[in-house]
Amino acid sequence: MTSNVRLMQGNEACALGAIKAGASFFGGYPITPSTEIAEYIAREFPRLGRYFMQMEDEIASIGAMIGASMVGHKAFTATSGPGFSLMQELIGYAAVAEVPLVIINVMRFGPSTGLPTMPQSGDIMQARWGTHGDHSIIALSPSSVTEAYYATIRAFNLAEQYRTPVILLMDEKIGHLREGFDISNDPEPEIIDRNREHQGAYVPFAAGESGVPPFIPLGQGERYHFTGLTHGENGFYTADPDKVTAVMQRLCGKIEDHVDEIAEIELVDFDDADVTIIAYGAVARSAHDALLALRKKGVKAGMLRLKTIWPFHTAKVRELCAGKRLVAMPEMNMGQLSMIVRGALGNTPFLPINQANGQLIKPHTIEDAILAELAAMGGAR
Amino acid sequence: MKFEARFSGTGGQGIIRCAVLLAEAALYDGYQAAQSQVYGPESRGGSSQGEVVIKDEAIYYPKVTCPDVLLCLSQEAYNKYAADIVPNGILIIDSDFVQPTGLEGASVNVHALPILETAKTRLNNELSANVVALGAIVGLTHIVSDAAVERALANNFKAKALPGNITAYHAGYELASK
Repeated sequence: MTSNVRLMQGNEACALGAIKAGASFFGGYPITPSTEIAEYIAREFPRLGRYFMQMEDEIASIGAMIGASMVGHKAFTATSGPGFSLMQELIGYAAVAEVPLVIINVMRFGPSTGLPTMPQSGDIMQARWGTHGDHSIIALSPSSVTEAYYATIRAFNLAEQYRTPVILLMDEKIGHLREGFDISNDPEPEIIDRNREHQGAYVPFAAGESGVPPFIPLGQGERYHFTGLTHGENGFYTADPDKVTAVMQRLCGKIEDHVDEIAEIELVDFDDADVTIIAYGAVARSAHDALLALRKKGVKAGMLRLKTIWPFHTAKVRELCAGKRLVAMPEMNMGQLSMIVRGALGNTPFLPINQANGQLIKPHTIEDAILAELAAMGGAR
Repeated sequence: MKFEARFSGTGGQGIIRCAVLLAEAALYDGYQAAQSQVYGPESRGGSSQGEVVIKDEAIYYPKVTCPDVLLCLSQEAYNKYAADIVPNGILIIDSDFVQPTGLEGASVNVHALPILETAKTRLNNELSANVVALGAIVGLTHIVSDAAVERALANNFKAKALPGNITAYHAGYELASK
């Protein structure tokens, strides 16, 4: 018997990951299909001396998280599309005020109430542009229960390191999937805490080379000002065009300039492949079976799996896919990230495979679409 | 080795727990396992479906395509899923609540067993029907070991409820061997 293996659900793995990362505040409002995370945290946090607060709705939930993070907690929530929509205004506030947050969005079928228990990768663009105004954002997408655990830890690390909201975009199919979980032989994961190191007097929004200001939480010796107004290094409103330009470039640049470190890509059977499948989340699992089936039929298929959705590494995707005969992208929506991928690929032939019917895309759907496209392009080589 | 099982019935019958127990037992026996489910927005009633994929290598697509074993504890579930079963697959239905219609000419091994009745009258606990069903599935397929199932039961039920569920498991196992 394999003694250390446990059957674990994706949502449960997220909750465990949050505990491991040092999360100490949960503010949320339960919603299918993310509810198991709130249930687990409500049970465990009081025992651990950490805070679970159920709010009256998702607007209040993210408000509570922002307050908790400002005073030094690693704060998070778990929600789904409808709740994520309500959080959008304050996600923008957290982005401009540079307040670390982790928002786990277990995506369900939408728009609106949609199909509450069914999957759809429907919030890819909402995660990127759901709040108004220019900003950058980090979003991760796990494909397995074990990865949900590590992606949650990474979400907290990135939130603290870059002082930004981080979205964990998890498909319902991964959130509710149960599979074997055994990390007993894995190396201890790195845990990143808030950087408080600064030289001289504390200037709350002055950043060095990294573009990320050090963060002394409120109530810990420094008095300063948080605002959603565009602000200079001292934290107070400014409309000085030069200062506004500088702060906008810093806010976007602190993430986009570090895309090499942030955007993780996994390659499967990639180097010799002349057909590439780009996939993320639960669909990447279907894509993996599809590429194995295609190889059995003599089609050299490989996969480029996006573990990080945002920031999107345009240059790397373009470079990796250059010269491929065909790039296919199955996506469990009407075509969201495929718009960005199409732009990155240039002239490489591109086949989006979209399905929005409440079901996980089947491997043979991907396989059949690729074979049909290859036939239309002039037969399998 | 690849084994796919789909369990279906009405919300509240413990269908998903039945799938969880089988997946857990498979892990304890050293297999890979993936368990998923489909349910509606209702908190009770409505149809419920749990799935398990068991393999001796990595599982990518985690859902059942053509079940080797299909359990139907309600007519609605039977009507919805019976057509998906693999040729020569095992179909387990509750003998009191499911009529196996439309199987003429199909090569399916049908086992009509008094699962709900056994739980209700013999075990005096309707809630244990899902574990009776699990016993029947394992009794017919031997896909996992008794030791692994008992470990899974111990992990899923409190001490007070455990002996009753172990009895329910063995009662189901015996139903299958009759």
